[in-house]
Amino acid sequence: MTEMVEQMRISAVAEKVEARLRKRYGVERRFRLYGVAAIAVALTFLAVLLFSVLSQGVSAFRQNEVRLAISFDPAVIDPDGRRDHAILANADYAALIRQALLAHFPDADDRTGRRELSRLMSQGAELELRKLVLSDPSVIGTRRELWLPVTAAVDQLAKGHISRAAEQGGQFSERELARFDVLVAQGLLQPRFNKWLFTQGDSRQPEMAGLLGAIVGSFYALVVTLALSFPLGVATAVYLEEFAGTNRWTDLVEVNINNLAAVPSIVFGLLGLEIFLNLFGLPRSAPFVGGLCLTLVSLPTIIIAARVSLKAVPPWIREAAVGLGASRLQVVSHHVLPLAMPGILTGTIIGMARAVGESAPLLMIGMVAFIVDVPATPMDPATALPVQIYLWAASPERAFIERTSAAILVLLCFLAAMNAAAIYLRKRFERRW
Amino acid sequence: MPLTSEFLPYQSGRNVAGPAKVSARGVNVFYGDKQALKAVDLDIGTNEVTALIGPSGCGKSTFLRCLNRMNDLIEGARVTGTITLDRQDIYDRALDVVQLRARVGMVFQKPNPFPKSIYDNVAYGPRIHGLAQTAAEFDEIVEGSLQRAGLFDEVKDRLDEPGTGLSGGQQQRLCIARAIAVSPEVILMDEPCSALDPIATAKVEELIDELRENFTIVIVTHSMQQAARVSQRTAFFHLGELVEVGDTEQIFTNPRHKLTQGYITGRFG
Ligand SMILES: Nc1ncnc2c1ncn2[C@@H]1O[C@H](COP(=O)(O)OP(=O)(O)OP(=O)(O)O)[C@@H](O)[C@H]1O
Ligand SMILES: [Mg+2]
Repeated sequence: MTEMVEQMRISAVAEKVEARLRKRYGVERRFRLYGVAAIAVALTFLAVLLFSVLSQGVSAFRQNEVRLAISFDPAVIDPDGRRDHAILANADYAALIRQALLAHFPDADDRTGRRELSRLMSQGAELELRKLVLSDPSVIGTRRELWLPVTAAVDQLAKGHISRAAEQGGQFSERELARFDVLVAQGLLQPRFNKWLFTQGDSRQPEMAGLLGAIVGSFYALVVTLALSFPLGVATAVYLEEFAGTNRWTDLVEVNINNLAAVPSIVFGLLGLEIFLNLFGLPRSAPFVGGLCLTLVSLPTIIIAARVSLKAVPPWIREAAVGLGASRLQVVSHHVLPLAMPGILTGTIIGMARAVGESAPLLMIGMVAFIVDVPATPMDPATALPVQIYLWAASPERAFIERTSAAILVLLCFLAAMNAAAIYLRKRFERRW
Repeated sequence: MPLTSEFLPYQSGRNVAGPAKVSARGVNVFYGDKQALKAVDLDIGTNEVTALIGPSGCGKSTFLRCLNRMNDLIEGARVTGTITLDRQDIYDRALDVVQLRARVGMVFQKPNPFPKSIYDNVAYGPRIHGLAQTAAEFDEIVEGSLQRAGLFDEVKDRLDEPGTGLSGGQQQRLCIARAIAVSPEVILMDEPCSALDPIATAKVEELIDELRENFTIVIVTHSMQQAARVSQRTAFFHLGELVEVGDTEQIFTNPRHKLTQGYITGRFG
């Protein structure tokens, strides 16, 4: 009898435990589910973003070109045969292209026909020929098969981005469309790698517009930013963390630094405009000044990240070093700083990534100007990648739409590379203790 | 029961046999408003092991850390009174604290090797104090220190492996090797065996006994047996006061204060 009571008591307890366990597992499962759901949402947004940018942007990495047999006629290029640079540079290369095209379309040898033919090829084609002749005058008098770029309108037509029919905004006559079809059918008009995108600065002609100016501008600005904000940020963090005690003064500094991290970057642009341009008289639109402004943007991030990494170094490392008679500076430079370095580097790269993607302060100091030349020094006028995206996005031509997306892709690649570097550095320098 | 200095007549043993290496007079330590040590007078004899015992929180570590001024690192810590090392006031403004810590080394409760190679751990002290110039001199110091710490044979084939990869007992002996590499005169040990198993503890105790020949050692321990085994003199602390100090044998066989008696017989603490 008592045995049975005992049995029942035990099974009742077991049931309670069982119920609790089931509940606990349920809570755990649900919690995991929330996490997975959150990640799924984030990944979906990322996928939508990437898909829209990719689907619009990839076509910009190809540009249609026509294969033409160009005869470098000495009578056109260099009539008196002196190979004079100025004469070679100003020769009528359009005539060479027209001749080559007329060979395919003899029927176009009238005024409208010539005009139509000139609307086919990009100005970039002439520049290509000019570049070729200037770099190697021995081509004069020879005949070469060359791939030369078509205009952006023809390129967009070939990519199917604009309509053929005149009533739907097509800008080509029947004859032009017929010639276009002939070139495509003969395999003479083909999409090829768009090298202009990576070798040219900005241009009004979309087919010749490139990102190199913006990339170099961003690069210069970034170098300036890194060279200033890394040492300044690390020195500040080390001083605040290791040397300054806690008093009202350091509290004030800390509050201000945390505040600066949240200040909208346009404010730093205004500050840069007022101080660097108006007060110090530095040149407008220069990546150097852009770098100075971006230093202000990334400095708080770096200081905060560096302080957190310094704080994370276990106190007994310091004790061990101090106990051996290391001075304060030796403790910091031999032990604390090396151990904090992976975190500091990660923070720095994140700060740099923020700086690369920043456009507002650059607008304020004039890096938004239309600049064709690739900057040779950080003092030359330039744009930066995010500003170039802004500029192209505001351009009406259909060809700039795909180039905007392509520029975004390039910027994303840079950011991905920087973040990969951050992960690599963290893995490389990570230490156990 | 409040303890005042009047109640502490049992410090006859304060007079050590030889000349005192370190002597503390009227040492008070405050952490902010809280007083952690009250008027401690204590002499540490040359080339002997002095054990500090007492219940948790009585100020043993605090006293130990006064002896090489590690308390300087703690914000709000204040030390009054005088502590002399070879008759020189170590809290004197003119004294270089870095130099002091080279003369008074420290081994901590938790083994704390640097996350560097075994070799670099031991070579670090000599390097910052300029005790060696050539690679051969460094090798000699490193090997000698590891030998004296009884660790050399176990690690001689992997000197360039990280010190953090050793076992706990090996790490603690590495820390001892690191401390003796700068040839200090005094070594302070704060519960050096509390994280070690009995075998490693025995090794470290043996080592302490050997080191006594060349160094003056102050060791904090919670183990009565350990204090009895390794030390020549023992000081008993209670609530921030030094209750009794004397020859270890006398303290353990014939304590004069009943607090001491209660503590060593395990009736409190
Ligand atoms: N950094 C500190 N800040 C404030 N109070 C402290 C600090 N370190 C120690 N104390 C206090 O001082 C008193 C003595 O501490 P101490 O660490 O010297 O004790 P202990 O004898 O070493 O104890 P244990 O045997 O537990 O290590 C304790 O009451 C402790 O709370
Ligand atoms: Mg302690």
